[in-house]
Amino acid sequence: MSKRIDVKDLNVYYSKFLAVEDVNIEIEAKSVTAFIGPSGCGKSTFLRTLNRMHEVIPGGRVEGEVLLDGDNLYESGVDPVTVRSQIGMVFQRPNPFPTMSIKDNVLAGVKLNGKKISRSDADSLVEKSLRGANLWNEVKDRLDKPGSGLSGGQQQRLCIARTIAVKPQVILMDEPCSALDPISTLAIEDLINELKSEFTVVIVTHNMQQAARVSDKTAFFNIAGTGKPGKLIEYAETATIFSNPAVKATEDYVSGRFG
Amino acid sequence: MTTNALRRNGSKGQAGDKIFSGAALGAGILILATLLAVAIFLFIQALPTFTADPTLVSGGEGFLAYIFPIVIGTVIAAAIALLIATPVGIAVALFISHYAPRRLAAGLGYVIDLLAAIPSVIYGAWGYLVLAPALVPSFQWLAENLGFIPVFAGPASQTGKTILTAGIVLAVMVLPIITSLSREIFLQTPKLHEEAALALGATRWEMITMSVLPFARPGIISAVMLGLGRALGETMAVALVLSTGGLIPSLIKSGNQTIAAEIALNFPEAFGLRLAELIAAGLVLFVITLVVNLIARAIIARHKEFSGAN
Repeated sequence: MSKRIDVKDLNVYYSKFLAVEDVNIEIEAKSVTAFIGPSGCGKSTFLRTLNRMHEVIPGGRVEGEVLLDGDNLYESGVDPVTVRSQIGMVFQRPNPFPTMSIKDNVLAGVKLNGKKISRSDADSLVEKSLRGANLWNEVKDRLDKPGSGLSGGQQQRLCIARTIAVKPQVILMDEPCSALDPISTLAIEDLINELKSEFTVVIVTHNMQQAARVSDKTAFFNIAGTGKPGKLIEYAETATIFSNPAVKATEDYVSGRFG
Repeated sequence: MTTNALRRNGSKGQAGDKIFSGAALGAGILILATLLAVAIFLFIQALPTFTADPTLVSGGEGFLAYIFPIVIGTVIAAAIALLIATPVGIAVALFISHYAPRRLAAGLGYVIDLLAAIPSVIYGAWGYLVLAPALVPSFQWLAENLGFIPVFAGPASQTGKTILTAGIVLAVMVLPIITSLSREIFLQTPKLHEEAALALGATRWEMITMSVLPFARPGIISAVMLGLGRALGETMAVALVLSTGGLIPSLIKSGNQTIAAEIALNFPEAFGLRLAELIAAGLVLFVITLVVNLIARAIIARHKEFSGAN
């Protein structure tokens, strides 16, 4: 239950502004891929095109193809709602639904589109998803309490539980640890390693150590200057990117000599 | 002598702080004092009604028998107004905030706000001259086909000047209040929560029910309460539109009366006990509004834990 993503000649626009230019990348199923690069280089924007979330921002559009096991996400007649139920997303700041209990948060995506689920199935799915997000033991006694009462790290794991409950093919993570303390960060990184056995994971991070710790392959994005589009500079095995990159800009960035 | 460097030294910033907190406190007290003064005024002026010989009160059966029908009339008119205006207002607000293209949304919002600026006497005239005659055929249809339900019992009014017409006019009047307040709150829904719903594969409507409406719930209740306040207290439109009479269950016959219109229509010629009666009616209206607001507060407070404020 996980699919590969192939991106071909993708340009991302906000109205007329070209934000990301000409990206070609192949993301293997059941692997962790990290996107690194300086702020504003378009890595988050590019990540959001992988499940059509960038369309939420007015004027957002793309040219090119994003293929999920060969199926183009941007073919006419493809419903973004279907795309997003197959390709889940975890955001920078934890965003559990504040008016829902922990349990309802986990089930939020499952109950969408008029789907019904029996009480016993729901209970076991909640437990399975929360276990999958390493959160079960911390919240099993307060499943009916609001999700907003948890700590930041717990909230983020709740959001991951909510995402995996839908059984997506791919999970996109947009700087999932940037609002968390080091211990919570470690918990999420451990979790990402476990998620790899079932899902394709793509993670955007500002933290190069994190990219080195969690990912199999790493993509380095850069930008020539403000107002210029972001580009994919180099994409290779994580070990190669950090020890022996082919491009000078990548080496400067991963070794801290940039700008 | 030791001096503590951390002690206050009367600087300008502190003076500003004190002035502001004093002004804020004063404003708060002023509101309470005004409310109390109104309550005391109403109570003292209304007192003769409660002690008077019941046979001397309008209707000849005491104050309760006098006030009861017009309290019910007031509640019926306000309820009709809210039943119509709440769903329509929320739907229009959602359309403006989440469905309409931007330019249309801005224009539409502006027009809705303009509706609130129309004086109530104009609404009354419109209800009297346009809406009431236009509704007569519908009332007749209701009487013929749904007449077995007491609220639609015939024969229908030939002029259309009924409590249902008054309720519809009130609905149009409270619509802009509910719409513009709801729209403001819908627009404040955190992007984060909307994106959370969309990223799970929610349709736009599901996103609205999952993140926008729960977030806006207390605000919607406040908006409806403000609308209710206007519907309960509205005088001119009801006075012009409604052909008054005793309390009857049918909404499509002449009859019923609201407190505000009762006061306005009779006040100029009232003196002595009649004046006290009308003021007592005002006191009752005041209490109804207060109770309704307290209930609304309680509803909002009950869901505090899940409000997202923590």
